[in-house]
Amino acid sequence: MTMQPASTEIASRTAAIIHELKGLEGPLLPILHGIQEEFGYVPQDALPVIAEALNISRAEVHGVVTFYHDYRSQPAGRHVLKLCQAEACQSMGSDAIAAKLKSMLGIGFHETTRDGSVTLEPVYCLGLCACSPSAMLDGEVIGRLDDEKLNEIVAEVRS
Amino acid sequence: MNAAFDIKSLVQEIDYGTPASEAEQQVTLTVDGKPVTVPAGTSIMRASMEAGVEIPKLCATDMLDSFGSCRVCLVEIDGRGGTPASCTTPVGEGMVVHTQSDRLNAIRRGVMELYVSDHPAAWGETAGTGASEFDKVVRTVGLTENRYGVDGRNHVEQENGVAPGHGSLTIDYIARDESNPYFTYDPAQCIVCSRCVRACEEVQGTFALTIEGRGFESRVSAGMHEAFVDSECVSCGACVQACPTDALREKTVLAKGLPERSTVTTCAYCGVGCSFKAEVKGDEVIRMMPYKAGKANHGHSCVKGRFAYGYATHKDRILKPMIRERVSDPWREVSWEEALTHTANEFRRIQYQYGRTSIGGITSSRCTNEETYLVQKLVRQGFRNNNVDTCARVCHSPTGYGLGQTFGTSAGTQDFDSIEQTDVILLIGANPTDAHPVFASRMKKRMRQGAKLIVLDPRRTDIVRSAHVEAQFHLPLKPGTNVAMLTALAHVIVTEGLFDEAFIRERCDWDEFQDWASFVALPENSPEVVGQLANVDPDDIRGAARLYARGGNGAIYYGLGVTEHSQGSTTVIAIANLAMATGNIGRPGVGVNPLRGQNNVQGSCDMGSFPHELPGYRHISGDAVRAIYESLWGVKLDDEPGLRIPNMLDAAVDGSFKGLYVQGEDILQSDPDTKHVAAGLAAMECVVVHDLFLNETANYAHVFLPGSTFLEKDGTFTNAERRINMVRKVMEPKCGYADWETTQELAKALGLGWNYTHPSEIMDEIAKTTPSFSGVSFDLLDRVGSVQWPCNEKSPEGTPIMHIRGFVRGKGKFIRTEYVATDERTGPRFPLLLTTGRILSQYNVGAQTRRTENVVWHSEDRLEIHPHDAENRGLRDGDWVRLTSRSGETTLRALITDRVSPGVVYTTFHHPDTQANVITTDFSDWATNCPEYKVTAVQVGASNGPSEWQRDYDEQAKQSRRIASLQAAE
Repeated sequence: MTMQPASTEIASRTAAIIHELKGLEGPLLPILHGIQEEFGYVPQDALPVIAEALNISRAEVHGVVTFYHDYRSQPAGRHVLKLCQAEACQSMGSDAIAAKLKSMLGIGFHETTRDGSVTLEPVYCLGLCACSPSAMLDGEVIGRLDDEKLNEIVAEVRS
Repeated sequence: MNAAFDIKSLVQEIDYGTPASEAEQQVTLTVDGKPVTVPAGTSIMRASMEAGVEIPKLCATDMLDSFGSCRVCLVEIDGRGGTPASCTTPVGEGMVVHTQSDRLNAIRRGVMELYVSDHPAAWGETAGTGASEFDKVVRTVGLTENRYGVDGRNHVEQENGVAPGHGSLTIDYIARDESNPYFTYDPAQCIVCSRCVRACEEVQGTFALTIEGRGFESRVSAGMHEAFVDSECVSCGACVQACPTDALREKTVLAKGLPERSTVTTCAYCGVGCSFKAEVKGDEVIRMMPYKAGKANHGHSCVKGRFAYGYATHKDRILKPMIRERVSDPWREVSWEEALTHTANEFRRIQYQYGRTSIGGITSSRCTNEETYLVQKLVRQGFRNNNVDTCARVCHSPTGYGLGQTFGTSAGTQDFDSIEQTDVILLIGANPTDAHPVFASRMKKRMRQGAKLIVLDPRRTDIVRSAHVEAQFHLPLKPGTNVAMLTALAHVIVTEGLFDEAFIRERCDWDEFQDWASFVALPENSPEVVGQLANVDPDDIRGAARLYARGGNGAIYYGLGVTEHSQGSTTVIAIANLAMATGNIGRPGVGVNPLRGQNNVQGSCDMGSFPHELPGYRHISGDAVRAIYESLWGVKLDDEPGLRIPNMLDAAVDGSFKGLYVQGEDILQSDPDTKHVAAGLAAMECVVVHDLFLNETANYAHVFLPGSTFLEKDGTFTNAERRINMVRKVMEPKCGYADWETTQELAKALGLGWNYTHPSEIMDEIAKTTPSFSGVSFDLLDRVGSVQWPCNEKSPEGTPIMHIRGFVRGKGKFIRTEYVATDERTGPRFPLLLTTGRILSQYNVGAQTRRTENVVWHSEDRLEIHPHDAENRGLRDGDWVRLTSRSGETTLRALITDRVSPGVVYTTFHHPDTQANVITTDFSDWATNCPEYKVTAVQVGASNGPSEWQRDYDEQAKQSRRIASLQAAE
């Protein structure tokens, strides 16, 4: 998945996504989601295509993409692990969890392991405060993180 | 306007912080105990400023809607909790506002302290001028300390180490962007107030800037984090003007310091006629700042007006008069006296030898009204003939004819502000985003508010579709089919009953209308037939006609794509017919408006520059009119019209025309069929060029008189909305004489007893002799800023909208518009149609803009060609191509784009080495001789480099520009 497609391919696949979603009210965010789903990230080459199709400026698309941390500019690892670092989770020890996870994976936040298996990201509240500390692995939420669960997670992403 | 310096001789404009409210209802409140009455909807900030109380602010400025992000302009209101932002809080009846209190001061200081903690000021660095609005607010709130220190995360320091060169790079630091030739972007000084982003969106309408990232990472970005010069930025400078810090600042200000004095004057580029404050230090212009009180531009500008004034001090300017016997000789510098006496002697000799009508003059649309008036006076009074013409011949002469015939005045009907009430814009043969950018911004703003746009243009210009604006209809008609297309629109309006019968019966002649209606209703004028001819979908023609006729206030704006055709005058008449038939004339929001190409085309036409007209469009054959001038000038005037430019050149080739005085026009480069112009000039015995530079025409000149720029003279320009704007002297003429003085000296040398001591006296003479100008004087212009003619007893402060109660000529006249295809046709040898135009960063023949940093954006003319046509010819983007027509050939590089339709190619004419006018033919408008620049049948093929003509020409130009060294001359 870390192979980046050629820019002509990006343009054609982007155009297809735009075509499908252009009719929505406020189509920019859905299109960006669609592109991230398609490519695993939002390629820079897709932005002018979107701007042209929606008749807005490149600058505006850039402003929106960079505002949302969820849109990534590079392909992520095969798995994406988001660790909540917001207040409730911090009060339940998410700092220590983060430190441990970083050393287990050998990467920091916003980084991807060398083998491309996993990308680690901080997230600020998953709405799971009652089950703090919490995380999200590939879209699935995990509550009440502890050492055992961390081991399971690492084992799964490494497999 | 944003930087208020404490220097008295700078023209200060008050920044009210938020735009004025248009509401009628008035509201009274008190600010710091002072009562003030303002329209409902006004912000507290603006009301306070009107009461004389300035509230500190950073993110607010009155050219932009309020935003409420900087939290500095807070106030307290009796009876309300908290400290609302004065920029976003509207006034209320009886409101009691306090702008100063211990609490407010503490908050403001706290906010400023946070700003300063991430600003070079905290590091003790003076990165900018030290006199920005930001610096001023720091002082106003009395900030003396920065408790946060400089060790935290910041955007200021490139390295995080103690010793320079040994730390790690900080992630938030972004290096200065110096890519734009005119201004610098220093992200370290940015406070993310979004004023630049909003100026780019609201004022300019380009949307080239954004705030990237979020939170502390937020920073202004051009395009997708691109260098300014590579982004969508059009370098209008609105962002620089809006910036309250020095993050965006003119390079001249950073390099040379703040200006010391300023003079309000008028831009000398296009026909929009923007007002500027020329801000000067010593004798050098530091920057041109758009003047908010200017009624044409309301404080906005484009890249040319604001930044491209460097030509005024360019080393290529010729500052000494020069003469030579033969054009093959090198130039010899001489005294003014020698040059003028020599010229006068030559002109008199030629007239003695070849007759009274063997010499003539050409006035300039670049010079002031007063200067133009003097040149035509010189010809009529001094040369004793009517051989005077102007460069408007080659652009808008059909406008004068067409609108004169139908409405009775040779000018646009509206003021620019009228666009704010327009619902449907019909844009024909004009490319305003490139050629009239400041007005284009207003059109785009109106379109973003919901106005619809119809574009008739062979090319898909930017305004057809660009960020947040899109034309409802673009009819990409084949060049040369304007008349057929406009008649087809009329066909729909008439046959579908969309005309305004009440208006026509009241304002026009009903019988003439019926005659015209029966003509346009003929089947050969139907969209189905014309669509075939012009290669346009008939449904689009019908849709466009319905929208214009029934979409509310319909306004027509047109450019040289209308006039520069063999049927240019007919097209103008067809436009006038459309406006009359739909009742779209005589009130705000409607009308027929030519977008004039040059700063003073309107004025030069008004001033009697045409061989058949005295000032105010009065025919030379009128005894009463001639009598006015004959008694004033003490000569008998010739009652026969003189020669037009093409006739002068023909006569020269024939041997009956031998001498020419050309003020400020490069006829060799700008007039069609360059070879014919060259032959005409070469056949003359005394060509006098009065110009800033040794232009292309000067290659054939015997006398060169140095000209002065608009910065070096007093006078007036008249813009496309008939607005007479003041031009004021900013610096002394570098060559010693303003152009009007040079013409006067030449007149004196010819024995005429002229004795004007100031251009105001020339305007007084114009007012005394011309009814539509009778109320105009420099005193009036100084008092009210500008007026739109007619300005006389009936309308002492001018006429923004014309034909309000009836047409100037009485009844509006419908005239049949028979389509006659141009003789310039495509065929097997020349299968493509060439049309020509302009680009934003360059102006006309480029004599000025090529001598500025604007060449960054357009260093050569390119030939736009559709991918299909390119593929057929095996051309790739950037290839050298040979462009051939019946007249000649040239070479330039191809630009492959689908902006042009298949079968159409397009180029600009800004660079003399391209010589696009070698290609254009000598076909011209039937009524006015305006050349047919916009249609030439051509062939395009691959090429290895410059054509033989280009090489010969270059060599000839090089030879003829030689100036003998001083020793040799003495």
